[in-house]
Parts: sequence; structure tokens; C-alpha cells
Amino acid sequence: MTPAMTILFAVFGPLVAVPLIALADRSPNLREAVTLVTATTLFLLVLSLLPLVSAGDRPAVALWELMPGLALAFEVEPLGMLFSLVAAGLWLPTAVYAIGYMRGHHEEHQTRFFACFPIALAAAMGIAFAANMFTLFIFYELLTLATYPLVAHHQDEAAKRGARVYFATLIGTSIGLQLLAIVWTWQATGTLDFREGGILAGHIGSGAAAVLLALYMFGIGKAALMPFHRWLPSAMVAPTPVSALLHAVAVVKAGVFTVLKVVVYVFGLDFLQETSASDWLLFVASFTLISASLIALTRNNLKARLAYSTISQLAYIVLGAALATGLGVVGGGLHIVMHAFGKITLFFCAGAILVAAHKTDVDQLNGLGRRMPITMLAFLLAAISVIGLPPGGGAWSKFLLAAGTVQADYPWLMAVYMLSSLLNIAYLLPIPGRAFFLPPPADAPRGLQEAPLACLIPLVFTALGSIALFFAAEPIAELLMPITTAGVTP
Amino acid sequence: MIAANLPALQVVLPLIAAPLCLLLRREWAAWTLATAVSWMCLAIAVLLLDQALHVGPIRYFMGGWAPPWGIEYRIDALNGFVLLLLCAIAAVTLPYARRSVLEEIGRERAYLFYTVLLLCFTGLLGITATGDAFNLFVFLEISSLSSYILISMGRDRRALTASYQYLIMGTIGGTFVLIGVGYLYAATGTLNMLDLADRLAAISDSRTVRTGYAFILVGLSLKLALFPLHLWLPNAYTYAPSAVTVFLAATSTKVAVYAMLRFAFTVFDVSHAFGDIGLSRILLLLAAAGIVFASITAIVQSDVKRSFAYSSVAQVGYMILGIGLLNLPGLTGGIAHLFNHALAKGAIFMALGCIALRLRSVQLQDMAGIGWQMPWTMGALVIGGLSLIGVPLTAGFISKWYLLLGALEQEQWLLALLILGGSLLAVIYVWRVIEAAYLQPAPARQAPVQEAPLGMLVPTWLLALANLYFGVHTEVTVGVASQAARLLLGAAS
Repeated sequence: MTPAMTILFAVFGPLVAVPLIALADRSPNLREAVTLVTATTLFLLVLSLLPLVSAGDRPAVALWELMPGLALAFEVEPLGMLFSLVAAGLWLPTAVYAIGYMRGHHEEHQTRFFACFPIALAAAMGIAFAANMFTLFIFYELLTLATYPLVAHHQDEAAKRGARVYFATLIGTSIGLQLLAIVWTWQATGTLDFREGGILAGHIGSGAAAVLLALYMFGIGKAALMPFHRWLPSAMVAPTPVSALLHAVAVVKAGVFTVLKVVVYVFGLDFLQETSASDWLLFVASFTLISASLIALTRNNLKARLAYSTISQLAYIVLGAALATGLGVVGGGLHIVMHAFGKITLFFCAGAILVAAHKTDVDQLNGLGRRMPITMLAFLLAAISVIGLPPGGGAWSKFLLAAGTVQADYPWLMAVYMLSSLLNIAYLLPIPGRAFFLPPPADAPRGLQEAPLACLIPLVFTALGSIALFFAAEPIAELLMPITTAGVTP
Repeated sequence: MIAANLPALQVVLPLIAAPLCLLLRREWAAWTLATAVSWMCLAIAVLLLDQALHVGPIRYFMGGWAPPWGIEYRIDALNGFVLLLLCAIAAVTLPYARRSVLEEIGRERAYLFYTVLLLCFTGLLGITATGDAFNLFVFLEISSLSSYILISMGRDRRALTASYQYLIMGTIGGTFVLIGVGYLYAATGTLNMLDLADRLAAISDSRTVRTGYAFILVGLSLKLALFPLHLWLPNAYTYAPSAVTVFLAATSTKVAVYAMLRFAFTVFDVSHAFGDIGLSRILLLLAAAGIVFASITAIVQSDVKRSFAYSSVAQVGYMILGIGLLNLPGLTGGIAHLFNHALAKGAIFMALGCIALRLRSVQLQDMAGIGWQMPWTMGALVIGGLSLIGVPLTAGFISKWYLLLGALEQEQWLLALLILGGSLLAVIYVWRVIEAAYLQPAPARQAPVQEAPLGMLVPTWLLALANLYFGVHTEVTVGVASQAARLLLGAAS
């Protein structure tokens, strides 16, 4: 199979699973088998591209032009390679987890639920491999549409409200701001291709560049930059596997991935440094970073706390992009991976706690470590990684981001990162702390009471993964290095 | 022989078929004839457009009488495109109409319906094909009179007042056009559009010509429902029979937009029309006001059909916006939107017709949970709605992209925001329906609601899929629209 075929199969292949899943409505085991086979195949397809990309190749395929000059085209570059690997790689554990969760929690409309996942993954692949901003935008919108039914899954009043905020924010920002930015870029430069060094230099003044960047950054609502962050906590009405994959991995990471793409390939780091167009973004991202962490402290609902934590961690990556330095971008790219593993584990744990112990709030978790030791241990490991402490993978990405602040000559931003990491400790570690060190309520049942194995195995896998990444950070950083000319090896 | 007379056949075929329907009287015979004619017309339109695109504009002299004595039909990229749209819509609406007409109008009067529909179709085709200003007025009246009748056939008794309201407004509009054409004739002594263009260039400053121009523009603005002359439209669309709403929504305002393009760009000197009188600013202002006002009104309607009728007023605003921008991408977007919006609205009103057939209501609260009971119908409505919003990979996205590009090229930032803001308002009025249909529990009914019959679903889905097709393959829409726009603007420079 040629690399071009592989790309097309990766983007459009998952869609084949949708009718199969729908047809297998009557026999859940067959239906889930389709999901698992598709997820495995997708991961292997994406993985087969890795050697090419790390060797410096850029496999590409162009389909056809939708409008003159605006082609539906794909090209795999290191950042997209990384994002597609993360999204496809974490789909498999999520699929296993979802089977355990949906059955353990007796959810309804399971066929629709499982049928929407491949569409969302196909859209994520399209975003990852897009060769131009136009293609990226198409799949970006497709991802919003495909995930709407997942967020509205329960079809009750709360789901309707949450899904409404979710949809309105994402569609509103993307059509209202991002599309304007894209058409503006097209009108100014005559191209939307992602090119090394950017396409805007020489076409647009520095003041206009700052405005255009603002349209992009706020227009990419999936990156949840304040004030367009409310959709993330609202989307938590979805079943936990959705929150885990889509709102810790595919959707939000598609957002920050797009941010990095725009900064690196549309604006270009040099152009941003020359024009200082991204200076304002430093403040907005820092503000989002700190205030989301502070809000997370006040949330008692476990999923809501994790949602605000996600907003804060996404802002790390946006801040890395705003630094417009090689280390900032590489650190941001690395944090996509590290945070994905950490946060998906945390969500898995939250779901497992719901299924096994029917608890949703932090203050109900006292002593739960005795009933669910494996889950809470996994939570602890993932929390360490998200906070950025060794031996969690997050240590490396946060280290690079902090080094990026020095490289960009904004040492005060290092303080922002450090302060937020302290806040991370304050809102994450009390959760396993309560579970292990506080006595359980008197009426709590005794003995082990873990979630079903289908839930437990994936969360152990991803927890161990977020530790293993501590030792595998270097090859990932090396993969990313070529995208920045100003890069320095860690 | 036949090939040489295609421009005449395009219009004459339905004109002859209309009285035949009257004679046939049987419902099935009239329907078969009308459907067959619409398909033949579609084939003719395809041939004509192909010829106009690849060979050049077709000039056809009625009865062999050369202008200025005879009537000339002239088919170029622009009206060839509109002819194709008209025939395509007729060709899918007629198969759809059968079941819906039996239900809403009844077997006894069905043959009358097909007769009048064919007449209306004739009128619309005639307006589009003709190259003669007075002939245009005649066909305008044919199409208008027949649409009053079509609307009055609605099941709801308010259809009569809606039809009456449209009759008054439409007659005023038609009369204005007639007066305007009369002024032009008085000033130039010709009615042929090309001759008019020639002679008007020299005397365009005369008060007679300007007055005539103003009358024509206002008259056509009434017919195309430009805000604030749109008052007839919401009632007419709401109370007309389902099939009529589909047909009129997808064709009649579009043809009036075409006529406006023809007068503003071909007959009159563009630089004069848009430069001295400042038409551009007037059109942009009215279009902007229409988009905002009609979209907001659409959001608060409880009758879904009426909500989408207001949406039509807003979408007409987009087309006019494209004209007012007066540059290549803007005009391309406006013309493409004429086509794409017809597809989107056609699909939506067809789906609503299916729902009306089964539910006997299109009130928002009655549509609760309908998405699970009529999945195919609602599926088509969702696709049409997405196209209306302008989501990528749908036809609506393409035209809005060009409109946006046109606005940015003029550095009209406010207009650019307005185009996007209109899309966001569309999100609200479309999503209202989707939320009701999928996320509200269905009320308890005596009998379960069935999916619509296949004869209605297939045309509905044809249009829905066309929205997706033309969102992905734009050689036809954008290609022809940009060629037409170049033609119109080229006449200017």
C-alpha cells in the first residue's frame, strides 16, 4: 500500500465502520467487534506512516479542488503524525473502556453511541493530516457535528442544555471568527497551504497580523481559550467515555493542534517574532491558565474539576505557541501527548468510580482507595503526569515549555507555569489523598469493588503509559524538532 | 430542426402541455404529462446551457422575425444556468407533488393544479429565456397570476388571504415593471434588451430613463421579496400547499433576482446604474437589513414553515448582497447562492411537506420527537438545514465563501461580519427544529407516526444529496456562476 493510500484509508476508512455498526444493532458483541477491529486497523495504518515521517518524508495526497485553488489535500508532517497517533492510539483503550462502561452503566442508544465514534475519529484524522487550512476547517466542523449526538446522548433536559452550549460555542466561534480569518488569509495571500516558515510574511502588516491571529485563536473554540471555554464543562453531560476520548483527546487536542498548525505553518515563528503579533496572546493564555486552575479548585464534581483542569492544560499549549519559539512549540506538541495520556486516565478513573461506586463528587471519595485501589493508584500516577512531576511524562513537556519562556525572553511567564503547576497539585492530589488516607464513611461496603475488567484494563494501560512516556520523551521531541528552525535539542 | 428551436421549445412545451392537462382531466394522466414535460424541459435546459457555455450566447428569433420587430430569446451562461435550476426543481417537484396534492388538494381538482403549475413554470421559464423587455413583463404576469391561484389552493383558509395579499403586492410590482418598460420604450423606441442597452448608453442621464429604471427596480424588488417589500412572502409560503411552497420557494424569487441582474447589468450601463444613482449602497443596506431582520423573525416563529419562509427573505438578502458588492467574487457568490439556496430550501420545504402529510401540522411543538419517527425525512431536513447555515461540504458553504471573499475584497468588514452573523442566526433557527425533533420526547399519540411515502422521500433526498454534491463538486455551480458574473461585469468595462 502506498503512503497516499494509507492516508486516505486512515481518513475515510473509519467511516466504513458506521453502517456496519448500525447493521449489527441486534448483536452487541458483533457491533463491538467492528469497533475494536476498526480502531486496531486505524492505529496500525497511522503507525505505518511513522517511519516515513521520522525519516523526513512528507507523504501527501491531493483529492480534488472544491473551488479553484482550494483543494481537499492531505500531507503528513510531524505535528500531524503525533496528533493522529495519539488520537488513533487512544481510541482502542477507549473502545474497550466504553464497552465496559456502557454495559456496566446500562446506557441506552448504544448503537448510535458506537456509530458516532468512527466519524469523530475520521474527522480527527482529517484534521491531523490536512495539507491546508481549508481542508482542516472542513474536518474541524465535521468533528463538531459528529460529536454533537454524543454530547446530547442522554436526551434529557441537562443533555439538551449542555449540547446546546457545546454546539453554539464551537460552531459560533468557527463560523463567526475562524472562517473569517481563513477567508482573510486566502484573500491576502492567495493560498491556504501549510508551509514551513508560514505564508503570511510580506502580505500583511503587524497590526493586521495581531487581529488575524486573534480571529484564529478565538475562532478555534476547541482550544477553549477564555472566554470561549464554557463548552468544555457543559460537554461533561456526555457519558464518560465520550469525555475521555473526545474532551481529553480528540476534540480539545484538535483545537490546540490547530493552534500550533496556524502558528507554525500559517504565520511562521519568525514572522510572529518580527511583528510581535502574538504578544497579547501571552496574557490571554496566562489568564486562562491560572484562572481555570483556580476554578478547578472550587469544583466539587469530579468531572467538572477535570474539565477545568483541561482548560488550564490547553492554555499551556496555547501559551507555548504564543511564545513563538522552537522550544515553546515542541513543548506544546509534546504536551499534547503527555496530557492526552494523563487526562484520559483521569476520566477513565472518574467513570470507573461512577460505575462501581456510583460517586460523582470529590467529597464522596473518602476511603475509596480501600475499595478501588487499582483505580485510585492509576489516578495518582496520571495526576503526577498532568501536574508535571517526574516520573510522569508531563514533566518533560512542562520543562520544555518553561525553557521556551526563557528562550523567548519572557522569564516572568515561567512563574505562570510554576504557579499553575502548584495549583494542579492543589486540585488533583487531594483526590487520591482522600481516597487513601481518609477513613471511609461508616455505611460504606467493605472489600474490593473495582469496576468491570473492561474498564480497569484500559485505565491501567493508559496510566502506565503516562509514566512510560517519561522515558520516551526524547524520540517524540526529536520527531517534532524539524518543524521549527529555531529549535534546540533538549 | 429540433436542435435549432430548443430555446422556443423550452418555453412552449409546458405552455402547450398546460391546456392539455385541462383536457385530460384525469389526475394520473395530468400528472404523467406534467412530469414528462418537466423532464423534457430539463433535458432541453441541459443542452441549452452546454451550448451557451461552449459555443457562446444563443440568439433565437421567435417566428423568424428579427429584432427589433420580433421577439428575441437569448440564452447565455447566466440565464442558461437559471433555466437549468428551474427545470431541475420542476423535475423533482412534480414526482414529489403527486401524493401531497392528492392529500391537500384532492383527486377531483388535481388536474387543475397541474395545469396551473405548468403555466407558472412557463412564465418563469419565459422571464428567464427572453431577451425582450416587454415579453419579460408578459411572462412575469403569467407566472404571477398562476402563483396566486396555486397559493390559494392551500388547505388552510388563510391561504385565500395570503393569496390575495400576494395578488395586491404582486400586481403593484408587475405594474411598476410595466411602467418602467414603457418609459424605456418611450425614450428609446425599442424593447429588445440589447438594443435598449445600445441606445440607453447615450441618454442614460435623462430623467425618463432614470424614472423607468427606478420603476423596474422597485417592481422587481417586490417580486423577489427584498426587505422591506417582502411582506407577501411569509404568508404565501406558509399557507400554500406543500408542493407549491417547494416550487415557488426554489424558483420564483430566484427568477426575479435574475431579472434584476439582467436589467441592472445588461440593459443598463453598470457604471451608470451603480455609480451615479448609488444603487450599490441602497442594495447593500437593504440586503443587510433584510438578513438581520428576517433571520431574527425566523427565530421566533412557532410555525416551522413560516420560520423558513422568513429565512428565505434573509437568503434573498445574501443574493442581493452579492449583486451590491459589484465585484467578481461577490457576484459569483450571489449567483451561486441563487442556485444553492434553491437546493437547500427545496429540500427543507419538501421535508416539511412530508411532515405535514403525516402530522397534519408543522408547528414546532408538534414536531417533538419526530426525528425518531420519521428518520429519513428529518435526515433530509438536517442536510438542508446545514446547507442553509453554510457548513463546509454543503452547497451553502460554497456561495457564502464567495460572498465573504467579495466583501473582504471591498474591505467591507461590517458586511463580512454580517454574512457570518446571518449564518449564526441560521444556526439558531435550524437548530431549534433539530432540538425539537430529536431531543424532545414525542407526545403520546393514538397512532404511531409513519415515515413519509417513498414517492415523496426520493425527491426530497435527491435535493438533499444535491446539497452535498454541489458542496463538494463546484465545477458546475461556481464555474458557471463565475462565467456569468464575468459576462455581466465584462459588459460594464
